[in-house]
Amino acid sequence: MSGPLVLGIETSCDETGIGIVRGRQLLSNTIASSMDEQARYGGVVPEVAARAHLEALQPSIEAALAEASVTLDDLDAVAVTSGPGLAGALMVGVGAAKALAVSLGKPLYAVNHLVGHIAADILTEDADRLEYPTVALLVSGGHTSLLLVRDLTSDVELLGETVDDAAGEAFDKVARVLGLPYPGGPEIDRAAAEGDPLAIRFPRGLSRASDMVEHRYDFSFSGLKTAVARWVEQREDAGEPVPVADVAASFREAVVDVLVTKALDACARHGVPRLLLGGGVIANRRLRDVALARAKAAGVTVRIPPLSLCTDNGAMIAALAAELISAGREPSTLAFGADSTLPVTEIQV
Amino acid sequence: MFLGIDTSLGTSVAVVEDDGVIVAEASSENPLGHAEVIGDLLARVVAESSAPLTHVAAGMGPGPFTGLRVGIAAARAFALGRGLPVVPVVSHDAVALGVLLRSALVDGLDSDSARFAVVTDARRREFAYSVYDGLDDDGLPVREVGPALVPRDDLDRVLADLDVPRLDAASVPATMVALMGARSVAAGREVAASEPLYLRAPDVTVGGARKRVGS
Ligand SMILES: [Zn+2]
Repeated sequence: MSGPLVLGIETSCDETGIGIVRGRQLLSNTIASSMDEQARYGGVVPEVAARAHLEALQPSIEAALAEASVTLDDLDAVAVTSGPGLAGALMVGVGAAKALAVSLGKPLYAVNHLVGHIAADILTEDADRLEYPTVALLVSGGHTSLLLVRDLTSDVELLGETVDDAAGEAFDKVARVLGLPYPGGPEIDRAAAEGDPLAIRFPRGLSRASDMVEHRYDFSFSGLKTAVARWVEQREDAGEPVPVADVAASFREAVVDVLVTKALDACARHGVPRLLLGGGVIANRRLRDVALARAKAAGVTVRIPPLSLCTDNGAMIAALAAELISAGREPSTLAFGADSTLPVTEIQV
Repeated sequence: MFLGIDTSLGTSVAVVEDDGVIVAEASSENPLGHAEVIGDLLARVVAESSAPLTHVAAGMGPGPFTGLRVGIAAARAFALGRGLPVVPVVSHDAVALGVLLRSALVDGLDSDSARFAVVTDARRREFAYSVYDGLDDDGLPVREVGPALVPRDDLDRVLADLDVPRLDAASVPATMVALMGARSVAAGREVAASEPLYLRAPDVTVGGARKRVGS
């Protein structure tokens, strides 16, 4: 197996990801997270994330090179996330990537973070099975997006995205309402294990018939978060104990239900019997279980990359660049910037 | 041969020889857009430098954090790519060195007096300032005070107490960052720490009691 040797740099949120790939072969996937530090604040603080990226970059690059047993001189190209993401965090990676490329005299590919999440799937062992078109559901603390991918390097369409909080953010905020620590995803999961997901019927955002015109594939989690907080407050005000397990399970069910329902609706409406899942929230077992079961019933094949490639990482950025190189794309010019709202249609900038 | 990089105000990169002769220089005065311009500026000065680089001097601030980090990240990554050491420099020191080397030409500074304060915008209604008193035997500026932050309205009173004229810097020349690096290496001295001069903790409030959503 061969292909271009690419080092990818990812700094769009709170993980400093450095990955090295040779074509579709994963050589290293080094991730330094500032999550422990963020936990003190109960969420991702952009300035804390950006400071951590600056400190983690050089050691992470060195660790990735060592793990891959390659040197910087061996590289065919450098790749970096241009957006979307936190502007100040992205800029650290962009500045480093440009300087590294100039220093080495190597081409630089600036790519889209969300499309990178899709590219993560080609690094899996059975990558030959990846077929297009596919619907992709990307869920993390920073984004919640539904995409239609006709071609990884040339044709990705945004079907819908969250209009307020990302799903991962909703987990963090509801965890706080329930007095659980950050990050909320695993905590809600743990609390929900003993709970009844049907105990409380929390609202499904943007799921009414009237929403189907303009927001059929969009998501909204801020109303859900408020509904949970209000429900808990009413219990507390009445002097009654809060059934944390039931609240956690019912909240999680509302999130999972709306994610899976909209993803499978997109598959059906576009006649695409394939669904790719990505993003850190895919670590949530209930989401995976419900997606797999309901997709099977709908005749939709589900692909889930290994979790180490679902969370933000540099390998997916390197993989996307390697595909662009293999497709004959020219490198990015050096004038691109960090674009916090980079549209998904801009696969390379 | 020193590559200097500073993004504490605009974006400036330069290559100078060990004795300070400028080989190449490229800058953008734009106080934003550091990430956009840094690559082209670097490519330009590197293309104009024939002799191999030996060190990368990095302006460590003070300066607005988001832009400042772009230059430090670039300096570290460039050095990593070539296996070169990074020489950290206080950005105000580079301004002071430039002022002292051509003090007679600078408006508002009595050329007989070597004492002055370098002042830069620190955002959030604060200035960053450092006070200097001439050059030492190694040709490096002597920093008496700072870099430190002061509320904008207090700056002139603070400088009056210190009895130094105020010199507002609109840019930090990378040529002087590189020369600071060259002189400090020649003298065998470390003139700055390897961490950014943020001078401020991240602006966050640790989550307290949760807010009520109902009435
Ligand atoms: Zn992501």
